[in-house]
Amino acid sequence: MEGLPILSLMMLVPLAGALACLFVGANLARWVALGATLATFGLGIILWSSYQIGGPQWQFTERADLFAGFSYALGIDGISLLLIMLSVFLMPICILASWDAIKKRVGEYMAAFLFMEVLMIGTFAAQDLFLFYVFFEAGLIPMYLIIGVWGGDNRIYASYKFFLYTLLGSVLMLIAMFWMVAEAGTSDIPTLMQYDFPAEAQTWLWLAFFASFAVKVPMWPLHTWLPDAHVQAPTAGSVILAGVLLKLGGYGFIRFSLPMFPEASADFAWLVFILSMIAVVYTSLVALVQADMKKLIAYSSVAHMAIVTVGLFAFNVQGLEGAVIIMLSHGLVSGALFLCVGVIYDRLHTREIARYGGLAINMPYYALFFLLFTMASIGLPGTSGFVGEFLALAGIYQTSSLVALVATTGIILGAAYMLYLYRRVAFGGQVNEDAAAMRDISAREWVMMAPIAAAVLWMGVYPESFLAPMRADIAVLDARLAATAPASDASLAPGAPREEAANALHHDNAAGEGAH
Amino acid sequence: MDFAPSFALIAPELLLIAAGLVLLLVAAWAGDKAARLVTILAAAALFGAGVMLVPGLHFGTDGPATLAFGGLMKVDSFALFAKALIYLSAIGALMVAPAFFNSAAAGTERVMRAEYPVLVLFATVGMSIMVSANDFMSLYLGLELNSLSAYVLAAILRRDTRSGEAGLKYFVLGALASGILLYGMSLLYGFTGGTGFLAVRAGLTGELGTGALFGLIFVLAGLAFKISAVPFHMWTPDVYEGAPTPVTAFFATAPKVAAVALTARVVFEVFGGQVDAWQQIVMFTALASIIFGALGAIGQENLKRLLAYSSINNIGFILLGLAVANQDGASAMLVYLFIYVAMSLGSFVALLMLRGEDGALFETFADIRGLSVTQPAIAWALLFFMFSLAGIPPLLGFYSKFVVFQATIEAGLVAFGAIAIAASVIGAFYYIKFVKVMFFDEPAGVVTGKSPAGHWALLGLTALIVSPLGYLLTPSLTDLADKAAASLFLTV
Repeated sequence: MEGLPILSLMMLVPLAGALACLFVGANLARWVALGATLATFGLGIILWSSYQIGGPQWQFTERADLFAGFSYALGIDGISLLLIMLSVFLMPICILASWDAIKKRVGEYMAAFLFMEVLMIGTFAAQDLFLFYVFFEAGLIPMYLIIGVWGGDNRIYASYKFFLYTLLGSVLMLIAMFWMVAEAGTSDIPTLMQYDFPAEAQTWLWLAFFASFAVKVPMWPLHTWLPDAHVQAPTAGSVILAGVLLKLGGYGFIRFSLPMFPEASADFAWLVFILSMIAVVYTSLVALVQADMKKLIAYSSVAHMAIVTVGLFAFNVQGLEGAVIIMLSHGLVSGALFLCVGVIYDRLHTREIARYGGLAINMPYYALFFLLFTMASIGLPGTSGFVGEFLALAGIYQTSSLVALVATTGIILGAAYMLYLYRRVAFGGQVNEDAAAMRDISAREWVMMAPIAAAVLWMGVYPESFLAPMRADIAVLDARLAATAPASDASLAPGAPREEAANALHHDNAAGEGAH
Repeated sequence: MDFAPSFALIAPELLLIAAGLVLLLVAAWAGDKAARLVTILAAAALFGAGVMLVPGLHFGTDGPATLAFGGLMKVDSFALFAKALIYLSAIGALMVAPAFFNSAAAGTERVMRAEYPVLVLFATVGMSIMVSANDFMSLYLGLELNSLSAYVLAAILRRDTRSGEAGLKYFVLGALASGILLYGMSLLYGFTGGTGFLAVRAGLTGELGTGALFGLIFVLAGLAFKISAVPFHMWTPDVYEGAPTPVTAFFATAPKVAAVALTARVVFEVFGGQVDAWQQIVMFTALASIIFGALGAIGQENLKRLLAYSSINNIGFILLGLAVANQDGASAMLVYLFIYVAMSLGSFVALLMLRGEDGALFETFADIRGLSVTQPAIAWALLFFMFSLAGIPPLLGFYSKFVVFQATIEAGLVAFGAIAIAASVIGAFYYIKFVKVMFFDEPAGVVTGKSPAGHWALLGLTALIVSPLGYLLTPSLTDLADKAAASLFLTV
């Protein structure tokens, strides 16, 4: 496999599929899209299997000077690898989820999704600052179309909000990028990750990047586009949005903000902590009162991503590893939850929780999958959610026990809103006749759900498979951050040992027994 | 004095003048029947003139060898780059004209007048002279030759009141601007004692006197009118809306290139020693154009008016490159101009292809609802142009913004660049509204008519340029723009 430009190939296959989809009929477009995404997933498996754990930091590098001003440079480390795998894994499932649900303009829809896949892989693999920006920003176009053309009733508003919010965040980052490249003289990301920018410049550079990533993550109070976009997007659009696009923000923090501006990151950690703490508590409470299933899961995403940001800014190995694992886990679990909503939405065409009830009776398999993903979202041990949240909270506890305390309430509140959702949808009596008449999941839906369930359990039971590829990269990042890491408020301080055991009897023999 | 080298330098203009005069006779004797033939020949002449530019463009020309007629004109790489763009835009404007004028879109006349291509040729000659002017006299002659042709072009649909109104407005306001420019030039002449760019520059050393400063400001104001930069932009929406669409396509491209190139030459070659005096003015104009161009477009329902505001907005970004006041900025500005021409020409061609069964053009948002269902190819091309104009990657419009902002930041104007780029988000609002109307709304239920192959070719070509494949052009484009910008800074 030596010398094969596999990353370019992984982008070329969906691109070719996207172009083909534009010109073929509806049914053929579905198969082309499925074929292209499966082929890309196959290439992804080859990529993972030929990734050398413990090898060089950047692997599969490619470089071509095709453009003026920036170069076409690709390459991945362990973190990128995992996020690329997440993207290519979710893509075929998204196509399957849209198989029957999308009836109008199928070719364009599939093309938009395949184009999205190209851009996601490109974003995670880009090794040139501007190439990254091109991929990062270009995702707006297909997502705008997906929400706007195939979305729900209020899709226009949601698509505008999504587009303008994210655009405003990103353009400021572009200005910062120009400054960085002018200062460092290169747009090569690995070089910039080791470049020491002047401390005073780091402050505003960090803020400019933060403007972009905080919108993407999204962090409170910039999250308001997310519930709108999620609710209006078609099921597969929500899956991709929650599964991969939100991860771009976390990826941005871990790839840019932390290694490039370590000092500013340490200075602004309090800001991230405050916003994240508010997000965890506030959005969890908001999720608790939602009547719309998709909105509930959207708010839960904000809460989960807040734990990611908390973990990232813990400045230690556990926090960073935990943050990446939550990103992967949340990508799978929230994607799966949106699929679960999609399954029943396709049958009843409503997302209102009250319109369902007692689904465990007539849809037992569906209820089983839904339960598994609900538990994974809560963070039950044995599922992927537990591993990530445990690591991230363990990491933050070392830095700030107060933040850890508040962030942990998110788990409790998470259990509250997810269990409450599950009880209202799956348990109880069959109050609605039409809901009671729904069929259980079809073979196609089995094929969608089962792989995600397997991956969730795999990550929960044996997380080492996912921790191993990124361990070296996290170590490098941790070493880079070590100098600026904030002091811990929770580390054990060894006290001065007593002279003797606490229950030692004092035999004051010095004076002698018969002295008095 | 031996004029042979001078004539050799202006060979493209001579070709165009000869072609213009011959075709004028053809038009006079053969009448409007020959309009199509005249158009084809005019386009061929423009193409031939364009081919003559290739060697100079490729190898780059600057220095004293480029001076013609004792320094009245200067045919350097910068002039060649601008001319190439002007000729290409003019060919585009000619290609789309016959189908428009021969259809119901042209009102009651329904026949193409043979003067149209001739006027385009003369306007092009005027622009050629503008961009290679090295003296205020030749500058003014070129400008007026272009403007007078343009006034007539705007009003060429004689029985259409909107066209007449556009022509009249353009004429009155254009004459005012020419007057302001001329007054500025006379002030500069009075305070420096020369009309040649070098002579004026030599007279403007040291502290700038009040009179000379007024001259500078009047000249810049006159030029700002010609490039329709805020606050001298008021004529643009009316003229763009009223003029026949092929003429609007022409106005939005070629004269813009010429006027911007001319402005660049004047500020760098004449006022190059007084950067402080004009940099703030250009910065203000750039920011104001970006913001007002974007805000003005938001409420528009008419597509041509919207594109007029879009062109004001784009001029702001072009001026951003000028405001940087160095070679990188000038080069970025030229790259932007090239991409802007491709985007504008493409958008107008697409508008020209949006016609009903009877051939009448669609002009408002209401008409193009759901276009992606009825005419997917045109809708996708327009989507490319709109996202490109909004500067969203991976379309080439992003690259044009990329270069100007890079030049701005590298020159240290960080806050200025940040405000400008944040304002560009306002502009994105109406560009995505365009996409929303075409893609998200239900079809309006009107059948659209057929378009000739020439339109499709032009649409395909411009769409290909703004598509991500256009990035492969950027190395050679940057190379050409760098050479052109370098020749601009050689006077020092």
